[in-house]
Amino acid sequence: MTDPSAILPLEVRGLALAFGGRAALAGLSFDLGREGLTVVLGANGAGKSVLLRVLHGLLRADRGRIRWNGRPPGAAVWRRQAMVFQKPVLLRRSVAANIDFALAARGLPRRARRRRLEAVLEGCGLGPLARRPARRLSGGEQQRVALARALALEPEILLLDEPTASLDPAATRAIESLLRDSRAAGTRILLVTHDVAQARRLAEEVIFLERGRVVEQGPAAAFFAAPRSAAARAYVEGRLPP
Amino acid sequence: MIRLLVLLSLLLAAPAAGAAEDFIILQSTTSTRNSGLFDHLLPKFTAATGIEVRVVAVGTGQALKNARNGDGDALLVHAMERELAFVAAGHGVLRCDVMYNDFVIVGPAGDPAGIAGGRDAVAAFARIAATASPFVSRGDDSGTHTKERALWRLAGIDPTRAGRWYREAGAGMGATLNMAAAMEAYTLTDRASWIAFANKRDLQLLVEGDPRLFNQYGIILVNPARHPRVNFAAAKAFRDWLVGPEGQAAIAAFRVDGQQLFFPDADCG
Amino acid sequence: MEDLGAAFALALDLVLGGDPELVAIVGLSLAVSLSAVAIACLLGMPLGALLASVPFPGRPAAVVLLDALMGLPPVVVGLFVYILLSGAGPLGALRLLYTPQAMVLAQAILVTPIVAALSRELLAGLQEEYAEQLRSLGIGPWRAIPTLLWEGRFGLATAALAGFGRAIAEVGAVMIVGGNIKGVTRVMTTAIALETSKGEIALALALGLVLLALALLVTGSVAVLRGTAARLAHD
Ligand SMILES: Nc1ncnc2c1ncn2[C@@H]1O[C@H](COP(=O)(O)OP(=O)(O)OP(=O)(O)O)[C@@H](O)[C@H]1O
Ligand SMILES: [Mg+2]
Repeated sequence: MTDPSAILPLEVRGLALAFGGRAALAGLSFDLGREGLTVVLGANGAGKSVLLRVLHGLLRADRGRIRWNGRPPGAAVWRRQAMVFQKPVLLRRSVAANIDFALAARGLPRRARRRRLEAVLEGCGLGPLARRPARRLSGGEQQRVALARALALEPEILLLDEPTASLDPAATRAIESLLRDSRAAGTRILLVTHDVAQARRLAEEVIFLERGRVVEQGPAAAFFAAPRSAAARAYVEGRLPP
Repeated sequence: MIRLLVLLSLLLAAPAAGAAEDFIILQSTTSTRNSGLFDHLLPKFTAATGIEVRVVAVGTGQALKNARNGDGDALLVHAMERELAFVAAGHGVLRCDVMYNDFVIVGPAGDPAGIAGGRDAVAAFARIAATASPFVSRGDDSGTHTKERALWRLAGIDPTRAGRWYREAGAGMGATLNMAAAMEAYTLTDRASWIAFANKRDLQLLVEGDPRLFNQYGIILVNPARHPRVNFAAAKAFRDWLVGPEGQAAIAAFRVDGQQLFFPDADCG
Repeated sequence: MEDLGAAFALALDLVLGGDPELVAIVGLSLAVSLSAVAIACLLGMPLGALLASVPFPGRPAAVVLLDALMGLPPVVVGLFVYILLSGAGPLGALRLLYTPQAMVLAQAILVTPIVAALSRELLAGLQEEYAEQLRSLGIGPWRAIPTLLWEGRFGLATAALAGFGRAIAEVGAVMIVGGNIKGVTRVMTTAIALETSKGEIALALALGLVLLALALLVTGSVAVLRGTAARLAHD
């Protein structure tokens, strides 16, 4: 693991971003190691989605420091990331063409594209759907395609923003199993979810956000056993805030 | 979808582009076209010479303006004084009288101004103004409009200030006749347009035979010294044919409903 | 009322009789308007996509201007092209005045803003949905243009049709730059204007009915094509 182009570990310090005077990120700091599956938890509006967008380069922070293996954000960093959004945005073409589109956008030569496409269709169990119009698939199938598209890019880190928020249990299970597989294959995963049960199933590490700040970060087992902050405790226990 | 459109249109556009090799553009009045005269004359000329004549029919004023810009090789119009001025200014050359007919005053059968059967056009105009009967003017600076304004001048009336009975259509002869028919109004028209006009409804020919209603058509060639791109040779061939025995005979032979509409009187003096 | 009945009978007669002059006029109408729409699509759709995708200072003003240009009166466009192509004008040497090419040019100018504005409207909606995903895949606003055009292809057919409807129905521009020359630049609308001016109201109406049928035919075939394409391809 001494690849010089590697972007992990990640170091975030004092990240702040306000929309029209209202802080979405309020001096947020944390570190991410080279391996593992980290779940980001927090109430609505805590800043989870904004954080992922800033890390992925879709939004610029007002202040703060981001260092990917010592380097500031930029094209070289972004190339080694992939992101899956809550609502999958697929193009009006076949499943295979959707994945190929992402690979072509990265400038991969045709041969490499074909190889990766076949591998990811196979790995995600999408072979039978490959020729189907992507937009006509069910929500769960579409999200699986979106995840496959992200995985085809072979990212070092995969950012996911509530990928199973509107999926039924079976579809959720399919996504989770794909995430476990890629985690096992060495992909770093940063997953935003509202589903505490899902977090318990998947997380090795938890980051808990409140009002744009990290209030807790630690191993999942310890976090779920005894959340330190009152907000996290309430959240995990599923209590409604006062 | 886009590619399909491009392909389709290229296929369709190909044959539409170039037809005849040698052609001239003739700027002309609407009366000569609408009466069908060109459909009668031009095939004969083309058969004799191989030259195609493409007619752009507009009012005399517009025709003179277009020709002044070099848009056209020859003119066939009817406003003698303006034609002579056009030649004098160096825009045109080799003007000839070609043929004549006359203007007539038409109006509703009810004839509120009581001009039916008269032979004095100026008196008729004065009656129309005096009774404030609706009158539709071409209002488009055409040869007919030029003639109409001259008649009002002779009657000592400025109709544009006279009142709401005077309507300027700003349109060709046909559109003006359509309006006059719909509004039961009087109007001045050349006889050829009148006879060939198919939507007369209640309109009737009321005044004719005044020598002041004489309507002379002339041909002018666009000056090649001014506009080197004109097809002067072909335009001159057309003029020579038109004022020659063949063209003059063809004009005399043209009939609508058995009536002769144009009378040859070639004179290149 | 008489005229209306006569018009229907005449229209049927004209169509069934296959009058060669009418066939030529219909052919030229289609050729001119389809060529103009093709040019308008080639220019207007990428322009619409650009306005939808690429932010730049003055973009809102450009959009307002484009929307306003949709209302360009055909006569004004005709005059503009006339001045351009006139023997005394800057492009007079091309000798294009009173040719079908001049008519294509005028209609293309008339229709391009319509196609562009409608495309922009449609693609702006698409780009809102796609922008973040595309950026995540490394597709910036410029590279998103072809993607948006392809993704919007079925909707864009409607923009093209709107342009075609405007082109095939306009008379002011083609009259001025074409001159309504029999056998050379006479199209359906100028023929209708001519017959009206001759007082041949029934014939003019009949030609109008043929024009309507023509527009229906084109619109209908595009709708069918689009339907099958959307079903076969990947909506
Ligand atoms: N583009 C934006 N413009 C203005 N405000 C925004 C924007 N994006 C996010 N915000 C605000 O930033 C704050 C954090 O939003 P964010 O979407 O990160 O919340 P979240 O933690 O993802 O919430 P949820 O669990 O509901 O997804 C919210 O108050 C939100 O309204
Ligand atoms: Mg969110």
